[in-house]
Amino acid sequence: MRIFFAIFAFSLLALLSILGFRGATSDRPPIEIFPDMVRQSKYKAQSHSEFFEDGRTDRPVPPGTVHRQYDNPQESERLDDDHFNTGRVNGDYAEGFPMVVTRETMERGRDRYRIFCGSCHGGIGDGQGITFEYGMVTVPDFHAERFYDMAEGEIFETITEGRGLMGSYKDKLSVEDRWAVIAYVRALQRARVGTEADVPEAERERLGL
Amino acid sequence: MSKIFPKWSNAVPLQVLIILTVLGVTVVGLVTYYFTPKYTRVGYAPTQPVAFDHGLHAGQLGIDCRFCHTHVEHSRHSTVPPTSTCMNCHNQIKTESDALELVRSSYESGEAIPWVRIHELPEFTYFDHSVHVNRGISCYECHGNVNEMEVVRHEHPMSMGWCLECHREPERFVRPPEEIYNMEWEPASEQARVEMGVEFVHDWNVNPPLSCSACHR
Repeated sequence: MRIFFAIFAFSLLALLSILGFRGATSDRPPIEIFPDMVRQSKYKAQSHSEFFEDGRTDRPVPPGTVHRQYDNPQESERLDDDHFNTGRVNGDYAEGFPMVVTRETMERGRDRYRIFCGSCHGGIGDGQGITFEYGMVTVPDFHAERFYDMAEGEIFETITEGRGLMGSYKDKLSVEDRWAVIAYVRALQRARVGTEADVPEAERERLGL
Repeated sequence: MSKIFPKWSNAVPLQVLIILTVLGVTVVGLVTYYFTPKYTRVGYAPTQPVAFDHGLHAGQLGIDCRFCHTHVEHSRHSTVPPTSTCMNCHNQIKTESDALELVRSSYESGEAIPWVRIHELPEFTYFDHSVHVNRGISCYECHGNVNEMEVVRHEHPMSMGWCLECHREPERFVRPPEEIYNMEWEPASEQARVEMGVEFVHDWNVNPPLSCSACHR
């Protein structure tokens, strides 16, 4: 009996020291104890494929594919609208917005700007986002004269295709979101050159003017 | 007449009973403790091909989760970014760094970086990211404080029981929609959170399904 308990205690201790405790950090892949149908022979998003030569389950869009539909039905209705989709009208950069800019547009634009643009362009568009401190010093200041005069269509094309050292953001910002961001950039610019006279009477007191 | 069994054999049945009971209890204990994702999954922190530091990017630099995991808001899947996303900044920052060698070569060649997947549900379970983040469930609730992780670590068991904890009482876990991606958000108090949660669950018609087919098919 004593021998049994000695062996038992020892093996339990050995087992515990091998298995460790719950939640211990480790780079050992998770064990699947009852692997019944846990892993199936099917393709999942962004996973590995043995079949395709490039090893991806996600297939790239074949070259020359024409967009027939966007996720957003409102965008789908506007597939023929060049101003909306390319920022150009008859080859020239389009001035103005291809849709009505509402409060929702502005809020969406602010939201998207902060996610995708602010890190480099800065919260107020001065080109001094957090990356400025890390050596990205060539980001332009939106408050320079030439950006006030730049057509909305040109800004749209810049976001869509990228320019200079800036990459394309078309995979991150939908067409509609790009226009919303432009509207917000316009608001940032407007705010910079605004004067007290631009503030509505009702708001002045609240702002301490 | 001589004895067939020696005297000590009287104790054998009791000893066998004790040994079997002890062994039984131990086995049950070990299975309970170890045969669960709380042991098998939690704590998994694989070494990635590129030592991307979420703590630096998401925490210190304050880059929004969606800058890289862009499609989380309208997709089932929270997408791993293409290398071009890294290059938006790293074409100018740390361009000579050895740590980024694989990122640069991936960008040149178009070969994917072989990231190691950390959170992986069983394949008969269909989780949808968008429906959660758009209904008050923050990244934090499932992934923990990623903004503080140098190496991402599997923080929660992601077992069925764990999912159901929230599906049964969503008001304890929801937060205001504008705070979903704010990893540092803290409710004023636990009670305030539940009060806000009850209201949110009602206003947003949050109705987490408890049926099998909600997640399994």
